[in-house]
Amino acid sequence: MLSVRLEKGYPQFAIRADFDADAGSISALFGRSGAGKTSIVDMIAGLTRPDAGKIEIDGDVLFDAAAGIDLPPEKRRVGYVFQNSRLFPHMNVRRNLLYGASAAAGADFRQIAHLLDLQPLMNRSPVKLSGGERQRVAIGRALLSRPRLLLMDEPLAGIDVQRRNEILPFLDRLRAEVDLTMLYVSHEIEEVIRLADNMILVSDGTVAASGAVEDIMSRLDLKPLTGRYESGAVLATTYEAYDPEFGLGHLAFDGGTLRVAGLEMDHGVSVRAHIRARDVSLALSRPAQSSILNVFDGRIVEVTAEPGPQVDVLVDIGAPIIARVTRKSAHDLALKPGQPVFALIKAVAIDKRSLGGQGRTGR
Amino acid sequence: MFELSDIEREAILLSLKVAFWAVAVSLPFGVACAWLLSRKSFPGRSVLNGIVHLPLVLPPVVVGLILLLLFGTTGPIGGFLKNVFGITVIFTWKGAAVAAAIMAFPLMVRAIRLSLDTVDPGLERAARTLGAGPIRTFFTITLPLALPGLVTGIVLAFARSLGEFGATITFVSNIPGETRTLPLAIFSSLQVPDGEAVAIRLAVVSVILAFAALIASELLVRRHEHRPET
Repeated sequence: MLSVRLEKGYPQFAIRADFDADAGSISALFGRSGAGKTSIVDMIAGLTRPDAGKIEIDGDVLFDAAAGIDLPPEKRRVGYVFQNSRLFPHMNVRRNLLYGASAAAGADFRQIAHLLDLQPLMNRSPVKLSGGERQRVAIGRALLSRPRLLLMDEPLAGIDVQRRNEILPFLDRLRAEVDLTMLYVSHEIEEVIRLADNMILVSDGTVAASGAVEDIMSRLDLKPLTGRYESGAVLATTYEAYDPEFGLGHLAFDGGTLRVAGLEMDHGVSVRAHIRARDVSLALSRPAQSSILNVFDGRIVEVTAEPGPQVDVLVDIGAPIIARVTRKSAHDLALKPGQPVFALIKAVAIDKRSLGGQGRTGR
Repeated sequence: MFELSDIEREAILLSLKVAFWAVAVSLPFGVACAWLLSRKSFPGRSVLNGIVHLPLVLPPVVVGLILLLLFGTTGPIGGFLKNVFGITVIFTWKGAAVAAAIMAFPLMVRAIRLSLDTVDPGLERAARTLGAGPIRTFFTITLPLALPGLVTGIVLAFARSLGEFGATITFVSNIPGETRTLPLAIFSSLQVPDGEAVAIRLAVVSVILAFAALIASELLVRRHEHRPET
């Protein structure tokens, strides 16, 4: 388990972070640019010294201001994948990979090279790699140093959107096949939903909230921090069946079965589905004839009382889900907590980008 | 025309020896100074910077005089060297090497420092997170990436050492076979009747040596840049 308590004052800014991460879990440090996420991971890696606090991994103290302990970065066994990869330009890919590896890392080397598909790159110079290839090498290099914790600081930020899809599958494989505590810094909610188990919300240098991705995303009060446009609840589901006649995937969750267009995968795989609040409508009675495939009955938990033309409604359909409707609709339907409603989700609104967390069954 | 006399050959070999040792001994200090000035901020940084650059702006004769006072057998450093190690620097080729090293030092430090400035500290930080301590980081990341500047610094210092005149003649005098390096030999031959031919021949040798050093550095740096990735 990673336990972080730290404080650091800057001339115009202060960082006060306090969070834990379970062993073997992926936690996302999520927040806007400039919220202090990189400063926090730099302090965990030992590259910046906090003013106060304590950092521990599995009971080993990396930093303790009160006890005067401050291990240098090379003694911390904390891997770090930097935003701009920082490969050594005077070494080829193989020598970069082996830089932090022990002499007896042969088996690891083959496994990691296979996992990240690095074999074809071995003799190339980092200068001649694409952004995605560079990050794959950087991840492999960090893994080969056998870290107890892997820090990833927006590894996709420097890569253009099309190329991101080349590297995301590798991150999926990493999360499925490598048992390592990871801290993933991001300001893209879709990345977080796809990759992370837990979420640590960072705002103005402090941790505003932390917990399971599903829990954080279904909290209406955190919406200003999780992002308005893309906000919405996240459902933990299991892939159940595929309907070949209409090309529909069936995802089972606590509230029933969610049908998604064009999703085909192995039975029993866990999938996390991000249901954007703007893709959810509400009705007081079950629609008789409608094109909407996913209809769940539930009960309103909370209605946001903020000014503006839209309101967010938290509905319990067996799992929490958020619907964004106009204030006029909320007024006309007299939506209020405790009221039974039907939540309507278009099957075509859930696309590949909304799905994540695949491949880890039983988590 | 290019049959060199023994005396001429002696001056050339002496110059090469003096320049080689001047560079070899001052290089670790030069790298250390360059690294301190490039990477660290500490009290007295500008004082160090000033001292390093002083020989560039002082008249060489003044540097020679200062060395004479410091390294003379009764001077603080010269006395120490003589009493503890039995080394006499003054009026020997070792003294010529000291004078050359001091005069060439600013050029060496400057070239290495400029090169170190271009090395991304982020790469050093990355090496640290991969388990490399500060020393391994310096020798595997910082120094190899600063290699072009290192080579330039060495060549500049070597060439400057070959040409050192003022501080050398002031500090260790002009003793044939001991401290009479190329420039001093050229100067001396101009002092005697009919010495002009010798002076010109030695001048040609100086030009050739300087050129050779420049070309060698060019080749070294180029080989480093195009090194096959193995």
